[in-house]
Amino acid sequence: MTQATFAAALLAPDLPCPAGLRAWNGSDPTARLAVYRNNVVSSLIDAVADTFPVTQELVGEEFFRAMASVFVRQHPPRCRVLAHYGAEFADFVDGFTPARAVPYLADVARLERARVLAYHAADADPLTAERLVSAMASGKDLGALQLTCHPSTSVVVSEHAVVSLWAAHQGHGDLSAVDPALPESALVVRPGLDVLVLRLPPGAARFVIALQAGAGLANAAALAAGAAADFDLPSALALLTGHGALITAQFPGSRIQ
Amino acid sequence: MSTLSTVPGLRAKRAVPAVPRVRRGVGLPLRAGVGLKPEHFRDVLETRPDIGFFEVHAENCMVDGGPFHHFLGRIRELYPLSLHGVGLSIGAEEPLDEAHLDRLAALIKRYQPASFSEHLAWSGHGGVFLNDLLPVPYDRATLDRVCDHVDRVHERLQRQMLLENPSTYLEFEVSTMDEAAFITEVIRRTGCGLLLDVNNVHVSCTNHSRDALVYISSLPLNTVGEIHLAGFATDRDAAGAPLLIDSHGSPVDEAVWDLYAAVLAGTGPMPTLLERDNDVPSLATLLDEARRAEELMPAPAEAEPCGICWSRS
Repeated sequence: MTQATFAAALLAPDLPCPAGLRAWNGSDPTARLAVYRNNVVSSLIDAVADTFPVTQELVGEEFFRAMASVFVRQHPPRCRVLAHYGAEFADFVDGFTPARAVPYLADVARLERARVLAYHAADADPLTAERLVSAMASGKDLGALQLTCHPSTSVVVSEHAVVSLWAAHQGHGDLSAVDPALPESALVVRPGLDVLVLRLPPGAARFVIALQAGAGLANAAALAAGAAADFDLPSALALLTGHGALITAQFPGSRIQ
Repeated sequence: MSTLSTVPGLRAKRAVPAVPRVRRGVGLPLRAGVGLKPEHFRDVLETRPDIGFFEVHAENCMVDGGPFHHFLGRIRELYPLSLHGVGLSIGAEEPLDEAHLDRLAALIKRYQPASFSEHLAWSGHGGVFLNDLLPVPYDRATLDRVCDHVDRVHERLQRQMLLENPSTYLEFEVSTMDEAAFITEVIRRTGCGLLLDVNNVHVSCTNHSRDALVYISSLPLNTVGEIHLAGFATDRDAAGAPLLIDSHGSPVDEAVWDLYAAVLAGTGPMPTLLERDNDVPSLATLLDEARRAEELMPAPAEAEPCGICWSRS
């Protein structure tokens, strides 16, 4: 028996116990193989549950673990570092028919995944508002200014009230008062030790996404204004520096931090 | 290891050749340690408990930044560290993952652990990681492969590793030697040390109807660099025989404490980790178990432990 056969049997409970296994008392090795089968699947479900606690609260533990057991068999980890596991989970939830009754579930999962990525992301010193102001006052072509986001930064754009739903599960706000149908976008960033989750106006969300794609200040602001007529660049910059979401401000050819 | 001078009888009985090509680890202090859990980071720094060392799972540290590295770095300044791998898959049919070895080398360089250990097990195949410690047959082909893998670990990390005896639930028809003989041969051929997991001994010996004391006495105890203690869960196999499961989710069982005392009588005091990975209790509860382990350690024949510098404070 090869390890390929053994591994396949672990992830597929309907496969027969591989040949060549035995127990000292001659008992059916299938019962003993079940220990490994359970270790593999339940430890992976636990890993998914650790990353997506609010997703679990929204549907209840029993439903969540049943859903996750399908996920872990379809998408077992490809990496030995479990902190990275679960990249495909939100898309999986989107396509998981029994979860359709909770249309915002996948976006809450996206937000929770972003939090875990931020938690483990590389560290970097945030750009202070003073340094940004001095860069902007340097007399150079302001529109070409390149702002770099903190490595922990991500934006989750949702058609649902993803930030309010998540926050209500942290004890902030009344869950029954949340209208899940109101679109919200989240900024997730970890400037220090704590991961921050903030509600971003639609224009600011588009602005951060543009910055992350490498757009200069003028292009990013134009894209943001195109997405939301009320986009306000100074308040977006204040919000980002105020929460440590930027780390460098750099003109092409020179570097000012 | 200098501690072994306390058990000359064992050394005389079970001579293990010196292995000059592998630099031996600095060694953990002859005390008890506990697993370092994120929920205890702040508690450890605030209370600075009197504990011999902390152990972390290597794979939990393989992230770019964030609180884990922040707190581990600060705690490492105060305590010796044991780096315990759970994903290298030394028993795999496939070659070792060189990228994973690179990650281990980087962690060792950064945190300078007093000990690095891994398992006699495999944990993935064909690019899929199964997150469990899976059993290997004890035959000649597996022995050669495991020895090649341990040799490669030594070569890449430039330090001795400790190999942990597994907890297993199944045996293979192709096995031609018993587990203790297999482990003894890996140690003899590669010069690795033994991480003697006493709970795994109890679990495996119960599951395969072996005598735990005979199993232990068959191992080269003079190569032990660390002991693990943990709790297990109880199940039954298809014939109703007890099937113990290495769960790391409960206190150490009295049978395992007894076995531990028997091991200590042969080895003298040994760095001993209390493992708890599921249903993790308060730090104080873990420290109580660690104290019990230290109370069982006989007074060392000499005051100096095996390591060089285990207290950096």
